[in-house]
Amino acid sequence: MIGSVIIIGAGIVGASCARSLATRGVDVTVIDRSAAVSGTTAGGEGNLLVSDKAPGSELTMALHAAALWPRLSAELANELGTFPDMEYEQKGGLVVATTAAGASPLLSFATAQRDAGVQTEELTIADALRLEPDLNPAITAAVFYPQDSQVQPVIAAEALLASARRHDARVLQNAPITGPVLSADGALVGVTTPTETVRADAVVIAAGPWSGEVARTLGVLLPVFPRRGIVLVTSRMRHRVFHKVYDADYVGAVGSDDAALQTSSVVESTAAGTVLIGSSRQQIGFDASMRTEVMAEIAAKALRLFPFLADHQVMRAYGGFRPFMPDHLPLVGPDHRLPGLWHATGHEGAGIGLAPVTGDLIAAMMVGAEPELDVAPYSPSRASLAPFLTEVA
Amino acid sequence: MVSRLIPFRDDPIQPSEPTPVTITFDGEPLSGVVGQSIAGVIMANERLGFRRTSANDAPRGVFCGIGVCFDCLVVIDGVEDVRACQRRARDGDVVTTQHHTLPEGEGS
Amino acid sequence: MNQVLIIGAGPAGLAAAQSARRAGAEVILLDSSDSLGGQYWRHLPESRPARKESALHHGWARFQSLASDLVSDSECEIISSAHVWAIETGERPVVHVVIGESDGQSRKRMSFHPTALVIATGAYDRTLPFPGWDLPGVFTAGAAQALAKGERLAVGHRVVVAGAGPFLLPVTQSLAATGSRVVAVLEANRAVPLMRGWLPKAWQLLPAASKALELAGYALGHIRHRIPYLLGRTVIAAHGTTAVESVTTARLDHNWVPIPGTEKTIAVDTVCVSHSFTPRLELALAVGCQLTPERFVQADRRQETSVPGVFAAGEVTGIGGVDLSLAEGSIAGHYAAGASGTNPSLERKRAVFSGFAARIEAAHGIRRGWPAWLTESTTICRCEEVSYGSLCATSQTTDSSSLRSLKLSTRAGLGICQGRICGRTVEDLLARQTSSGTLTDGSVSDRRPIAVPIRMSELASPPEAHP
Repeated sequence: MIGSVIIIGAGIVGASCARSLATRGVDVTVIDRSAAVSGTTAGGEGNLLVSDKAPGSELTMALHAAALWPRLSAELANELGTFPDMEYEQKGGLVVATTAAGASPLLSFATAQRDAGVQTEELTIADALRLEPDLNPAITAAVFYPQDSQVQPVIAAEALLASARRHDARVLQNAPITGPVLSADGALVGVTTPTETVRADAVVIAAGPWSGEVARTLGVLLPVFPRRGIVLVTSRMRHRVFHKVYDADYVGAVGSDDAALQTSSVVESTAAGTVLIGSSRQQIGFDASMRTEVMAEIAAKALRLFPFLADHQVMRAYGGFRPFMPDHLPLVGPDHRLPGLWHATGHEGAGIGLAPVTGDLIAAMMVGAEPELDVAPYSPSRASLAPFLTEVA
Repeated sequence: MVSRLIPFRDDPIQPSEPTPVTITFDGEPLSGVVGQSIAGVIMANERLGFRRTSANDAPRGVFCGIGVCFDCLVVIDGVEDVRACQRRARDGDVVTTQHHTLPEGEGS
Repeated sequence: MNQVLIIGAGPAGLAAAQSARRAGAEVILLDSSDSLGGQYWRHLPESRPARKESALHHGWARFQSLASDLVSDSECEIISSAHVWAIETGERPVVHVVIGESDGQSRKRMSFHPTALVIATGAYDRTLPFPGWDLPGVFTAGAAQALAKGERLAVGHRVVVAGAGPFLLPVTQSLAATGSRVVAVLEANRAVPLMRGWLPKAWQLLPAASKALELAGYALGHIRHRIPYLLGRTVIAAHGTTAVESVTTARLDHNWVPIPGTEKTIAVDTVCVSHSFTPRLELALAVGCQLTPERFVQADRRQETSVPGVFAAGEVTGIGGVDLSLAEGSIAGHYAAGASGTNPSLERKRAVFSGFAARIEAAHGIRRGWPAWLTESTTICRCEEVSYGSLCATSQTTDSSSLRSLKLSTRAGLGICQGRICGRTVEDLLARQTSSGTLTDGSVSDRRPIAVPIRMSELASPPEAHP
């Protein structure tokens, strides 16, 4: 019986776990090594996508998330009253192929997704241009995904934390984990920080790309790695991009194991009138330096989708580290190697969207309720992860 | 008369006679002298507020005068986000007010 | 031969360039303006010559001598209209530039790989917010100077100058000389803090006699123009519909809290206000320089920063005025060029004027009580129109102590000026809202990886590498 839980990491996944547990009457303590919502969540774009996921367990989670988000957004708004608006918008995603060779792979991919339950609409080029008049008319194929949505990730995470606090969750900040507290029979029953020892029935690692580090401090190996990404932000302009628009080569980049730079164009406008332009993926550890050639490649690719952006100014660039799993699935569930240790991490670039479902799955598993999904594919004990769990840290 | 260009004949530093320059601002011709910034020409013609903000539609003009505040943005020959205080006026520049309203949310 | 790249052609950068050349290095001097001199020696363009332009400036002869020295030197490459938009770190820093008019299009992209770098990017007015400060007709003190010296424009007719520090005096003189009527100069600090700052061991200031004369000249100018200089008073609100029509002033206590009952209204059309200075740190931060506790670039006695081969000089290392900038620049250029040996007279000069700078800070620094003059609706972030009330409310409902999170939740500092005007103020106000009194995520508003906006098409084109 789990009556108390420690959640390590106060980003959106940790916040979601905190709320899901606290609203079920569990005693929750969230611990973050820095200020809350200062890590990956603060570097996120706010993508809640089904369009970029091939049929499989991640897509299953994303479809549940798509249904969950509008309810969650309304619930939180109601509960919190005066609170910054998390800007949830079901704006829809338009995926376009930009080469002759890219057209049929996109259409086949969309067909497979449709068979797996995703709403897709294959569009003529003319229809695509009606949705996005400033899109480059030289696109070769277009598929619209009405379920793709947007949220402001930092506000969403702060809202989840605020809700958790209203249900008596504690949030300890500027408290790095210094070690485990083990029971006589070797179960994890708490953690230490520089100033205190906190005990609980279970400990969840929700530390994004730093989960590997935290796990090591607690005595287990976890193959979560940082995958760097940057986003360019333009100055404010009149509204000219109306949906999330991506180059169809995005899917290839996400699913790639290649550590070298992968870029793929993702363009959308924000409520503030700016345009966000991504995306990049690189495995360079935690190197946060800004590289001009990455920015240049992102800019060049975006200009292929939206030539009008040429004369607009980039005023800012920001970056973050996604938590990358070698078998490309999030890690949600109890660790079979250490009783008391749980994981809610490894979402790569889908953490914002998948956070609420993750929180609900963790809570269901912990209180002994029926999870809304089959949790086996996300389990730390899944076969595809086994080879990576035996490597030396 | 609020802001004004010191007439060269009255200026104690004894400048030579300047060359006039004419720009249009929102269609209206404004005169200044060669070497002035766009902001200077606009201000010499008694306009202190020449941009409108997005959320509150409030007037703005020059604030810092040295290119750090970005309040004085204008559109020149169709190109947006030009700091008027950092751009020298050229004869025939077509300058217009920069004003972007915020996008309507799809759900709102 | 060592190649020294100098960013900024104000007094510090010009002195560094001359000194680096004298030490035998090849020099590249970059400035974003189309002429030399920075803010201090901002002057009329060549298209508007004036016989007695020197009357507007201090040390004009020194400027002309520095400028002509460098312009005529074939081993000193001066690149004007050069905007450094990024610096990448590596074995050596790579400096990325677009060359062309500010906010231009299709400008030329270049990258530089110098042996040594001198950062002389200067500083600009820090103006604290107050109700109505976002009305047209409210300017920084620096704007009044720039427009007066750069194009002979008088910013207003009936002007009040307010804020803190000796910079208010030369600004007032410039304004008076453009024919504006300055109705008052309001220094926020009271007599006691000013005396504490200036009087202790006043004899130490003797070598800075020229500075003292300069300031005395301003004071004399005041007398001649009969402009009241009031201590312990400031503008706490500006009023008007489409532009400034009047201001409210009030007496302040020693903490800058307005004293109730001392408010006065004056009819003015212009307010020139400066409370302090903010150094331009983004390029120093991009290259990895450490900051001092006072948030300036840390530099040692050779003016070298914490990054080997990167030097810093001028206001970016501490607000100290032109004489300190010239001394620091000369020292930086010398060592950046790879030369050795010391210059005791230059180092003495630097020491004297550093002492001067410390006095200015002690006498004229921002005091803690100033937010008392804010109201709920006072705009704090001008670009994104974020009010004081909104900042406080978001801070309270999220209970956040993360600057990054709060910026994203409020939009403060996320506009096109990227927190140059509001950044330090937002940090101060938000920190006060936290239970610990500090923001703890470690981010600073001075960090801007993209140091100046760049057009997408420019960003997408490859740079030409400077040899």
